[in-house]
Amino acid sequence: MMQIQMLLNEKKVTADIAPDMLLIDFLRSQGCYSVKRGCETSNCGLCTVFVDDKPVLSCSLLAARADGHRVTTLEGLQEEAEGFGAFIADEGAEQCGFCNPGLMMNGIAMFRENQDPTDEEIKEYLAGNLCRCSGYEGQLRGIRVYINYKKSQAKGGEA
Amino acid sequence: MLTINQYVKASSLEEAYELNQKRSNVVLGGMLWLKMQKRNVGTAIDLSGLGLDNIEETESELRIGAMVTLRQMELHQALNDLTDGAARESVRHIVGVQFRNMATVGGSVFGRYGFSDVLTFLMAAGAEVELYKRGRLSVEEFAYLPYDNDILTYVIVPKKPMRAAYLSQRNTKTDFPVLACCAAQTEEEVRCVIGARPMKAVCLRDERGILAGGITKESAEAFGAFVSETVETGSNLRGSAQYRKIIAGVLAKRALLQIAQMDESEQEGRK
Repeated sequence: MMQIQMLLNEKKVTADIAPDMLLIDFLRSQGCYSVKRGCETSNCGLCTVFVDDKPVLSCSLLAARADGHRVTTLEGLQEEAEGFGAFIADEGAEQCGFCNPGLMMNGIAMFRENQDPTDEEIKEYLAGNLCRCSGYEGQLRGIRVYINYKKSQAKGGEA
Repeated sequence: MLTINQYVKASSLEEAYELNQKRSNVVLGGMLWLKMQKRNVGTAIDLSGLGLDNIEETESELRIGAMVTLRQMELHQALNDLTDGAARESVRHIVGVQFRNMATVGGSVFGRYGFSDVLTFLMAAGAEVELYKRGRLSVEEFAYLPYDNDILTYVIVPKKPMRAAYLSQRNTKTDFPVLACCAAQTEEEVRCVIGARPMKAVCLRDERGILAGGITKESAEAFGAFVSETVETGSNLRGSAQYRKIIAGVLAKRALLQIAQMDESEQEGRK
């Protein structure tokens, strides 16, 4: 066992863990059930969380390596997620919804880096987020409508 | 499944090196490939506290720390300016942003994987590795050395002017490449590296002088034929050896044309 400490969703957390505990299991043990295991092969993006504001795959990161870092899950981003999520839902993008938290997280990461991405840039940034129900068209529509809404808001703000 | 008995964040390279002398211990890169293995690790050695997570620029080289992520390499302006964006092109198709925020350059290079885009790019860029005990040697030489217990600290790209192009063929987006090709033209030579053969990347040079008169549509075509004929390839689920040989020739030709800023379609009389 070893002790780790991290800032989880802005709250200081200290815990004793096994050296090979993965971050995803640690986060779920802390009640962050938005973090999901989809593929176990570091490919699907469902387990996406932020470590020091960078999106990573929590299924492939040792909890020990998050020691001393800032970890953010969807539970810590409710406000940002609600606005964006509503647009995805309005397009009827998802069916089972299991991949949603991972997509929300990486979508938020994308918007923080690039507020006005092109379709190509969206597809490239979100290529590591798999959805097995849809063909991604609904998600892409939702993201586009969300971007346009944000732009119109920004314009309204200036005027 | 991967199990780990003990985790040590090394406080010095010497400590990491000493721990790494034991067979059951292992140095962690991004741990993405390691995690896919069935393995019981004694001590997992983490280099992430040693300041190896930056790309340092000196007058004559770019020193990429072993713990620099593929995403850092993708976004690094000077490295991409130097290589005509080949650095970014070599990694941007790898899984997703989250994955590339974890996978490390050191892990990719030390592993010398047969599927590696990173190894393919760095070999073409004329990079060297720096090992804690052994010192510096070319990526080209390092790729074919037996695995040992040294610690890779830096990958060094010389700031020598080059034109470069990276191309890969994938069955589907984000998958491993079926074949990868990186061509680089320096003042001295043209290097054409074929990766994901699916063996370790190999560097082909213009030993027949096909490009002696410069890269033209004809010489690029001829060099592509030379690559196709010469390169050794293998078969796996993604493609046959024969298919890979053909793809290697096509990608080599296209990479050369890209370097010379020529369009393949012009060559075929289409615009």
